[in-house]
Amino acid sequence: MNLDNALQTFFVESHELLQAMEDALLDIEHSDDPVESVNAIFRAAHTIKGSAGLFGLDGIVAFTHVMESVLDKVRGNDLAIDDGMVALLLSCGDHIKVLLNSLVDGQEQSDPAVFAEGAVLIERLSKYLGASENQIEPATLPQQHETRVEAMGGGFVETDNWHISLHFGRSVLRNGMDPLSFLRYLGTMGRIVGISTLLDAIPPAAEMDHESCYLSFEINFQSDADKAAIEGAFEFVRDDCVIHILPPRSRIADFLELIQNLPEEDMRLGDMLVRCGTLTQKELEEALALQSAGASGNAPESGEEPKRPIGEIVVEAGMVQAPVVEAALEKQKHIKEAKGQENRVIRVDAEKLDNLINLVGELVIAGASASLLSHRSVDVPLQEATSNISRLVEEIRDSALQLRMVQIGETFRRFNRVVRDVSRELGKDIELLISGAETELDKTVVEKIGDPLMHLVRNAMDHGIESAELRQSRGKPAKGTLRLNAYHESGSIVIEVGDDGGGLNRERILKKAIDKGLVSPTQNLSDQEIYMLIFEAGFSTAEQVSNLSGRGVGMDVVRRNIEALRGTCELDSQEGQGSTVRIRLPLTLAIIDGFQIGVGSASYVVPLDMVKECLELSSEERQKAKDHHYINLRGEVLPFVRLRERFSEKGQAGPRENVVVVQYGGQKAGLVVDELMGELQAVIKPLGCLFGNLKGVSGSTILGNGEVALILDVPSLIQQAVNADTQMALSQA
Amino acid sequence: MNALVSVEKKLPAPVAGVVEGRQFLTFTLGGEMFAIEILNIKEIIEYGSLTTVPMMPEFVRGVINLRGRVVPVIDLSVRFGRKATETTKRTCNVIIEVQAEGETVDIGIVVDAVSEVLEIPTAEIEPAPSFGAKIRADFISGMGKVNGEFVIILGLNKVLSVEEMAMLAGVGTGEASAG
Repeated sequence: MNLDNALQTFFVESHELLQAMEDALLDIEHSDDPVESVNAIFRAAHTIKGSAGLFGLDGIVAFTHVMESVLDKVRGNDLAIDDGMVALLLSCGDHIKVLLNSLVDGQEQSDPAVFAEGAVLIERLSKYLGASENQIEPATLPQQHETRVEAMGGGFVETDNWHISLHFGRSVLRNGMDPLSFLRYLGTMGRIVGISTLLDAIPPAAEMDHESCYLSFEINFQSDADKAAIEGAFEFVRDDCVIHILPPRSRIADFLELIQNLPEEDMRLGDMLVRCGTLTQKELEEALALQSAGASGNAPESGEEPKRPIGEIVVEAGMVQAPVVEAALEKQKHIKEAKGQENRVIRVDAEKLDNLINLVGELVIAGASASLLSHRSVDVPLQEATSNISRLVEEIRDSALQLRMVQIGETFRRFNRVVRDVSRELGKDIELLISGAETELDKTVVEKIGDPLMHLVRNAMDHGIESAELRQSRGKPAKGTLRLNAYHESGSIVIEVGDDGGGLNRERILKKAIDKGLVSPTQNLSDQEIYMLIFEAGFSTAEQVSNLSGRGVGMDVVRRNIEALRGTCELDSQEGQGSTVRIRLPLTLAIIDGFQIGVGSASYVVPLDMVKECLELSSEERQKAKDHHYINLRGEVLPFVRLRERFSEKGQAGPRENVVVVQYGGQKAGLVVDELMGELQAVIKPLGCLFGNLKGVSGSTILGNGEVALILDVPSLIQQAVNADTQMALSQA
Repeated sequence: MNALVSVEKKLPAPVAGVVEGRQFLTFTLGGEMFAIEILNIKEIIEYGSLTTVPMMPEFVRGVINLRGRVVPVIDLSVRFGRKATETTKRTCNVIIEVQAEGETVDIGIVVDAVSEVLEIPTAEIEPAPSFGAKIRADFISGMGKVNGEFVIILGLNKVLSVEEMAMLAGVGTGEASAG
């Protein structure tokens, strides 16, 4: 019940709602059912406003209120939604996000620039509200005037104010709600003329539970808001509280009913009503007289036509207004939908999941050592039992890893907005096609893939897709298409960013690369290899982008980001037809396929995807390698690192040594090791901050026998070897 | 709003008069007796299989698998500038919790043998001498009097300062790559 937690939940939920709102807004242009979208947008705005009100975040409430009013008109068909409005509402959504973020950062007061932006947006929104506002407002109360003529059930109370009877449930505080903030919020909608607090429910101090709420309020409230709005204020506690809202000039009978319905003593409650100014003493007496005469006032309505739905009767009786019933039905439906979703999705703390996965990792290791031991024994039933356990453990591991998988759709959908904004900026008409949104991958990967994807998408739109005129002259549809696709392929996930633009110009790239000295003019390169050149560092700088029809900006950054996730990039291009960048990523970062090697008494693991081949270091070459650190690999010079020396391993090398040929970023090198021990699946364990400065080792894993093996960081090992050679050359010079 | 939280966080007042001194674990290292406060100690385990981490300074013995977690093991003797601890049957790893960069990390230390847990009254703890103990003065948090003898009480946040050790490790790697 910590309020900070509640606030956190509010932030998370608001961000989700804003996302939903944005999706709906972007959808509205293509949607067959714009009404549903408008409703979704309205609901999102309304909920944010309501929750913000609970926390007393007045800035957000004030802003969303204006937005909500506009949306309400759209919903009521008083306003047509058009392009301009969509754009405006999108910016409003962004503004709310800014407001929320500044709150997250702990700034209570947003800075003047943000405030000014808000003011501009409000002004633009107000244009939509315009003059029509005055026509709508009075329409909320007409039924009241009619019921007055009907005059049944013993006259009317002579006050123009609402009466709200608010009995908080015991669990309100426990649920993280503060009764005071409701009153405060109510105060923003009108004036609280009189309020009296009912303390009857408070038990003797000894029995009192400090986490329970015993308060009730009778409020005399003056406001122009309609009943739906007032009810909306209590939306979040409606379930556990008894709330009665009586409109201005209600019949005395209604008050009587209220008095009877509430648990407090009749007389006392009556006094309360008098004290807070809703009823006069005379009216109260009248009501009590009516009460003693039997509750005849209410009988006729329900008795006459018992089969009519209760909502209708209530409306007719003037107790509630038609919009209120609609709202209630809407809410019911909404709750049902939400319940349905709740059943399908459970929100779990990411830390708990990580914890579970860690435990499962330990289970895998413990299981492996158990089965190792059982294989050493001759007990066949024991071996069978352990192999059964191993199989189950593996299944558990797979499903535990599944838990961390999320669909990539969420990330993809963000690009709807990007494409929309950027295409307007560029003056191009571009459509985004998303497929494979349900493809799942590890949450940590999803979090890190956003930026590289953004880069690729922007690049494709900026440099890939041509202007409408050029497209038409090339005989292509004026509207450009950008494709985002994802699918699984042999243990990895593939993400494609494709466009139907001009494609890459092979000759130009080659020329540029030769100019830059990245390739020699004599080299014979395949198309694929040439396209890959754009991912090279130093290939592109800002000026080249403008004179190169293809891509360019920071593609090497994209590649580096992808490689940091142990992924790879590929590029396909057809001149005049468009190009596709294909990113291949591992499904999870927690486990790698490794290759185990032995140096001295220790074991190390090299990521398998870097291992090209293994070969024995022949005694002849061992002899030669005393002077220099390279071997002849089928006519190619292969420099190598002797891990034994590198790791200052004591003792002599065994009779045989092997070379593991590793490739990284176009560079090939050999690692000389004592023993090749084969492939394994390694659960990665971080080494901790003590080893933060250690180069050449990226992490560790635990082997089946319970020992720790270090995972080698091949690129930095090679880099170290390069540095060492340079330093040696310098010191000798 | 805040009132609610403070009500919830009100804890029962500590019962007065129980803790006078603090409890310490004493152990021997290179024939000398040391003590560390028991609150930081997580567990004491047998000295078992250990994986050496190459390219680290000598005081980092290596890493061990502590129920699925990889925990570094420090040789205190080397850290104090003496020769490496030789392992015998009584050699133990004492697993200690230290704070580093806002996180709690486990670090193991190798000791020749653990002796006992004893309570040293606060009055019996003398300030560290500025020299003469033959280990860095800032490693000593105090000198405890036990049976008329002085026992060095180690200041773990200095002795096992992850920042400092990681920095030394960085220097070590630099040297290795230079040579």
